Amino acid sequence: MGEPGTQEVVRLEDLEASRQLTGRKHILSLMVENRPGVLARIAGLFSRRGFNIDTLAVGPTEDPDISRITLTLDGAVHPIDQVTKQLHKLVNVIKIRDMEPGETVAREMALFKVNAPVESRGEIMQFAEIFNAKIVDVSRRTLTIEVTGDQDKIDTFERMVRPHGLLEMARTGEVAITKTRPDS
Amino acid sequence: MRAADALFEALKAEGVEHIFGIPGGANLPIYDALYDADLDHIQARHEQGAGHMAEGYAKASGKVGVAMATSGPGATNLITAIADAVMDSVPTVFITGQVRTDLIGTDGFQEADVTGMTLPIVKHSFLVTDPRQIPDYIHKAFHIASTGRPGPVLVDIPQDLSRAEIEYSPSEGTPDLPGYKPPTEGNIKQIRLAAKALANAKRPVIYGGGGIINANASEEFRTFCLSDNFPVTLTVMGLGAFPAPHEQWLGMLGMHGTRTANYAMDEADLIVAVGARFDDRITGKLSEFAPRAKFVHIDVDPAEISKNVPAHIPIVGDAADVLPKLTREYKQLDADRSRLDDWWKRIREWQSNYPLRYEDSADSEIKPQFMIEAMYEATEGDAIITSDVGQHQMWTAQYYHFDKPRRWLNSGGLGTMGFGLPAAIGAKVAKPDEQVVCISGDGSLVMTCQEFATAVQHNIPVKVFLMNNGHFGMVRQWQELFWDERYQSVEMGPSPDWAKLAEAFGWTGMRCTDKAELRDAMRTALETDGPVLLDVHVTKNENCFPMIPAGHAARDMVG
Repeated sequence: MGEPGTQEVVRLEDLEASRQLTGRKHILSLMVENRPGVLARIAGLFSRRGFNIDTLAVGPTEDPDISRITLTLDGAVHPIDQVTKQLHKLVNVIKIRDMEPGETVAREMALFKVNAPVESRGEIMQFAEIFNAKIVDVSRRTLTIEVTGDQDKIDTFERMVRPHGLLEMARTGEVAITKTRPDS
Repeated sequence: MRAADALFEALKAEGVEHIFGIPGGANLPIYDALYDADLDHIQARHEQGAGHMAEGYAKASGKVGVAMATSGPGATNLITAIADAVMDSVPTVFITGQVRTDLIGTDGFQEADVTGMTLPIVKHSFLVTDPRQIPDYIHKAFHIASTGRPGPVLVDIPQDLSRAEIEYSPSEGTPDLPGYKPPTEGNIKQIRLAAKALANAKRPVIYGGGGIINANASEEFRTFCLSDNFPVTLTVMGLGAFPAPHEQWLGMLGMHGTRTANYAMDEADLIVAVGARFDDRITGKLSEFAPRAKFVHIDVDPAEISKNVPAHIPIVGDAADVLPKLTREYKQLDADRSRLDDWWKRIREWQSNYPLRYEDSADSEIKPQFMIEAMYEATEGDAIITSDVGQHQMWTAQYYHFDKPRRWLNSGGLGTMGFGLPAAIGAKVAKPDEQVVCISGDGSLVMTCQEFATAVQHNIPVKVFLMNNGHFGMVRQWQELFWDERYQSVEMGPSPDWAKLAEAFGWTGMRCTDKAELRDAMRTALETDGPVLLDVHVTKNENCFPMIPAGHAARDMVG
């Protein structure tokens, strides 16, 4: 197809346009210049174009001039390709990676303050143990639990403790990094 | 030297000769430095005017236009022009004064967060936080404004920082912007694929837009279109990129385009879009747009590709680079020209059944379409025409045959009434040897008519041909056609005596109400020294046809 001047037929009916929606969650990792106003540009772009961010996490990287923004969004409602192309137009955005689920380690941390009277305290502590979570604060009527894991794990934990009375929840949003092959 | 002096050194290093602007408190140090800067400063009467002048300058010349304003209201007045520049991809740099750094965030006098306010409408912006940044930011601003898909860049300079002393050394070469690498060369494999698709297309249409003009690729576009018997249409922003009239020219497409162009898009099997962005004024109802077509989309901005219409063969690159390669690849295929014969038969049918036409008056009444034809004759098609927004804009696009790029300057994307007069002033500054005519409407012209004073003060001899129908004509048309003739707030009522108004500013004012006298009146206006306004009284209730009602498909064209 790519050879010059050859006469292979390109049948128009065989041409296909790229698909717009992927139908799954995407984690975008953005390397951006560490300057004032960069987050406002990104947030503004999302609101202006009608893109909805599910989670957003911002923090420094190994390079003090560069920050990493990790955001997750739903590829069933947003054309991810269009989102990344619009983000690329921001001059302060240096690099964007649409993280491949199979090649990515993604983690989120969450804090849950749960209603935990004596009757249910044992069960909640069991959940915490199953989820490798830590109890970081305790009172006569509540437990505060720290959970780390991917979004699904934290969603599941939330479902487990909610019936007991979820008083407060704080989640960081996912951060992600690509896996390195074991042999490299 | 003072940072403000370094600002002008940096501007001169970028090749700036003319600046449009208005002084005020926060940019006093900048205007003090301008005193010594040996640059031509056009003192506008409203910052919006200064902004459109910079746009007109940029559109006519292809160079970066520069406008300056003070903080607060000066800066907010620029916003319409900045939004206009981003919508039409106009290379512009806007330099605003900002309140002193110790006042930022305190709601100080004439403080406005213009950097924040303009975030969604700039290609990029810089808020100066250290006076030493100023020359570097100017260098970067010009690079960003003028490369890739052009656009507006804002540089906001706090008053105290522009007064600070700095060491100035010129910034040279391509600035270091790690997140800004505009594409240039198209992918050759994609280009070959596009050539082969074209060679197999039976009903192709080439659809060009303003990107061709921005890329200075009109010659390359013409050559590509003529590499076979391809039918060609252009958007309102692209007019002039292909010489009209021409055998292969279908006319403009879109809401007020020709039936031929819109029907051809509707029946095409392959559409090659070049520097065009499938705006809603082109596509109408998206789900019924060109339902039989596959799309090749060539654009320097990757985000435009598949934004509105999914592309089958995307080519990201500068039209000036891609088109010659596409032409070469296509010619090598030696496609059979006769395969397009049936397609042309169909197109010729449309052309003969649905030419652009209007019913001329039997008496002395001046029909607006007649006025545009008269303007074409009086200027001999050889003028830079700027336009405001509304019916007169669409009639000009339909009836004035633009055959060269950068001759038709209008506000296509934002649709800014009030654009025409200041844009004409800017264009005339850029091209002093060319005839510059602003075609305007009485609704539009009044919005920036304070700039009459600018033209006189700086001796900028632009001509304004005012299509005076006593209405916001396009809105009136929509109320008539789509809102049950419930006319609300569309009559201009006690309009000024335009000739006298222009004269009050020091222009020559003329009026014409008789068809028989119009051409001569226009010639006289063009031959008269200095700025001239010709107030032409046209039919009040004429509608601009044909038309695709908003949200409808090409097949639903009316009129």
